[in-house]
Amino acid sequence: MARMKFICDAERCIECNGCVTACKNEHEVPWGVNRRRVVTINDGVPGERSMSVACMHCSDAPCMAVCPVDCFYRTDEGVVLHDKDLCIGCGYCFYACPFGAPQFPQAGAFGLRGKMDKCTFCAGGPEKNASEDEFRKYGRNRLAEGKLPLCAEVCSTKALLGGDADVLADIYRQRVTTRGKGADIWGWSTAYGKPDAPAQQPDAGGKS
Amino acid sequence: MRRLTGSVLVAAVAVALVGCGEHEQVVVYKQGQYQGKPDTKPWDNESFAGDRAQWEASIKARNQSQNEYRRING
Repeated sequence: MARMKFICDAERCIECNGCVTACKNEHEVPWGVNRRRVVTINDGVPGERSMSVACMHCSDAPCMAVCPVDCFYRTDEGVVLHDKDLCIGCGYCFYACPFGAPQFPQAGAFGLRGKMDKCTFCAGGPEKNASEDEFRKYGRNRLAEGKLPLCAEVCSTKALLGGDADVLADIYRQRVTTRGKGADIWGWSTAYGKPDAPAQQPDAGGKS
Repeated sequence: MRRLTGSVLVAAVAVALVGCGEHEQVVVYKQGQYQGKPDTKPWDNESFAGDRAQWEASIKARNQSQNEYRRING
C-alpha cells in the first residue's frame, strides 16, 4: 500500500504560488484559509530558498494526539484526515502542528473560530466519495479519481512532489545525483552550459 | 480501647504518609480511537468500481509522470 507524502525541493521552488492558487481554486477554500502556502527564507538575499508547506500527513501526527474529541484518522494510504462533524474548533491541533497546517475560518466580525480545515491530500473526507457533502466540507476528492494532489501535479518546476513516498524518494534521488550539489546547481554555466572553447580575448595591441 | 486507639493511630499515620509517596509525574498519552464517521476507500466509486489494482495502477502512472527525466527521455 502506498504511503502518501509530499516533498518540496527548495532548490527548485521559485515562489510562484501556483500550488497555493491551484489548491484554493480546486477546493473552493474560503478567504482567510490557506491549506497550502509558500514560505521563503532569506527573502531578497542571493541564495534565498522557498518551500511550499501544507499538512505533511505525519506518520505520528501530533494533531491526532492532542485532539480532545478524536476526530482525526489516518487512511490506509497514510493520509491524515478529520471529521468536521465532530471537530469542535478548539485549536489544539493548530498549537501542536509544527507546520501550522490546521486553519480556522474566521466566520464572524469578532474572529469566531470555526471548524478546522486543512490539506486533505486531495482525498476528501469521511463522506461518500465525490458527493456534494464531501466537496462542501473537505473539497474535491482527486485521489478517488485516480489522481494525485493538484498542487504537486500543477507545479511548473516540479519542486513540489506528492504521492507514494518510495517513488518520490527515487525521483528525488535521481534528481540530486544528476544535478550535483552546492555551487554546481546554480549560476550561468549550469543554466547555459560551459563554452566549448574559451572566449576570444580582445587584442591588446588593437587599432587606435 | 488501647487496641482501637493503636489501630486508629496506625491508620492515621498511613493516611498521612500517602502524600509522601512517589507517583509518575509524566503524562503517558494513550492514542484515542477515532470517533467519527467511517470513510470509504478511494477505489469504492463509479470510476473504479472497487477495483483496487486499477486504482493503484492509475496512481502509479501519475507518480511516475512527476519524474521529468523519465518523462522526457522516454
